[in-house]
Amino acid sequence: MINNIIEMFSYTFILRAIIVGVLVSLCASLLGVSLVLKRYSMIGDGLSHVGFCTLAIATVLNLSPLLVSIPITIIVAFLLLRINESSKIKGDSAIAMISSGAMALGILIISTTTGVNTDVSNYLFGSILAMSNTDLYISVISSIIVLVIYVIFYNKIFAVTFDENFAKGIGIKVNTYNAIIAALTAVTIVIGMRIVGSLLMSSLIIFPTITSMLIAKKFKTVTIIAAIISVITFFIGIYISYSYNFPTGASIVLINILFYLVFVIINKVKR
Amino acid sequence: MKNIIEINKVSLCYQNNKVISNMSINIEKGDYVAIIGENGTGKSTLIKSILGLKKVDEGKIKFNYLKRNEVGYLPQKNTSQKDFPASVFEIVLSGRLNNLGFKPFYTKKDKEIVIENLKKLDILKYKDKSFNELSGGEQQRVLLARSLSSSKELLILDEPVTGLDKKTTEDLYKIIKELNIKDKMTIVMVSHDLESAFEYANKILELKKEEYTYKKVEEYIHEDNCDFCEEEFDD
Repeated sequence: MINNIIEMFSYTFILRAIIVGVLVSLCASLLGVSLVLKRYSMIGDGLSHVGFCTLAIATVLNLSPLLVSIPITIIVAFLLLRINESSKIKGDSAIAMISSGAMALGILIISTTTGVNTDVSNYLFGSILAMSNTDLYISVISSIIVLVIYVIFYNKIFAVTFDENFAKGIGIKVNTYNAIIAALTAVTIVIGMRIVGSLLMSSLIIFPTITSMLIAKKFKTVTIIAAIISVITFFIGIYISYSYNFPTGASIVLINILFYLVFVIINKVKR
Repeated sequence: MKNIIEINKVSLCYQNNKVISNMSINIEKGDYVAIIGENGTGKSTLIKSILGLKKVDEGKIKFNYLKRNEVGYLPQKNTSQKDFPASVFEIVLSGRLNNLGFKPFYTKKDKEIVIENLKKLDILKYKDKSFNELSGGEQQRVLLARSLSSSKELLILDEPVTGLDKKTTEDLYKIIKELNIKDKMTIVMVSHDLESAFEYANKILELKKEEYTYKKVEEYIHEDNCDFCEEEFDD
């Protein structure tokens, strides 16, 4: 097994995927705590489908997929946030509408131009082969920016997540911080979906938090444990994917589910 | 006495219906004002406007001696906090957020103030406990400690005792009264509980449809036109 791991690290493309994967897992799990607790999980799911659509557009226009997707997805994130807060249509239905609409548009664009090829299935299901050098740089820089902003605003994000009304009442610009959370989520999703795929990306956001909440009772501990779980499951997932030639995204998600079930059992036994 | 809040010819709407029209009142430093009135008379709307969360349709609400973000606020109960993983300390510390400004992290002084407030409300022993493991009364104390951490001058409480049993309610009222007397904090509280409002507050603001009465408690109780008092005090 150790030989296997050493061998795995010797491939540049896997090394790239691992660097980006670890950073994205961290971002997704940290933001995930806030998104799950604010009942925004579906925004993550919606954004990953929008990300698919924008990647499709970028491919057809022959532009850099990340440079097109990141700004558009951020804009849609703001839109989803607004809809969630103020729409007459129920927030979750509105998100489902945008999400399937974006998916449909993406599929239509691709099937009328390039056809459903490996590239497309990479976007849907993720691939560690998909990462170019430019992608690597953009992904690393963006996810480090996401992490730094998260740490700087950690206390504000906590207050806004726990009690929006109180935060508003004492003069905190709640909408600004919600927008920051949404923008960071958008960036994380676009970067992460290259590895795990747009269909599975939201699980990177949701699972670590849900699992972590089974054992931790403080916000800070939940956040830290979610980050640890997220990185560990990523490593195990990518190792299994490499060793048995399984799809990467699916492996990571299934390992996450396994972790969740193990924690549920531990929790039951403890009581 | 000094006016801490001056409400001058203020009109407010709730969902396009005028609920408060042409209200002019002063809240003085050290006052304990209970805002009473039936549902839909604009109690919460008024509080939101005082906090600056809602625009005033006409008139002006002016703060003296303190900025708008130097207010302590206890919002109505929020059900989404039920399963929220957060420790008492984390929650009360978040009350210091309005003092944070552009700094990213809390200082040692912020943490000292929080400990002091936890002691004051007798919940220091729950410091590292999870919020959702506490009883309803204890949770309200935690949220009260959080409001105290954001202001030394003014507390605005929106129905703080909803859902609490009689004993816990009384305890909470006593704590609030103590803050009013000992710490000279100005209290503005929306209340459904008239008996306690008359017992603890020094002024009553009663809202009726587009009308209001603002009087000292003694004067208010002795007025004949007070609909509430009789039924409350007969039994």
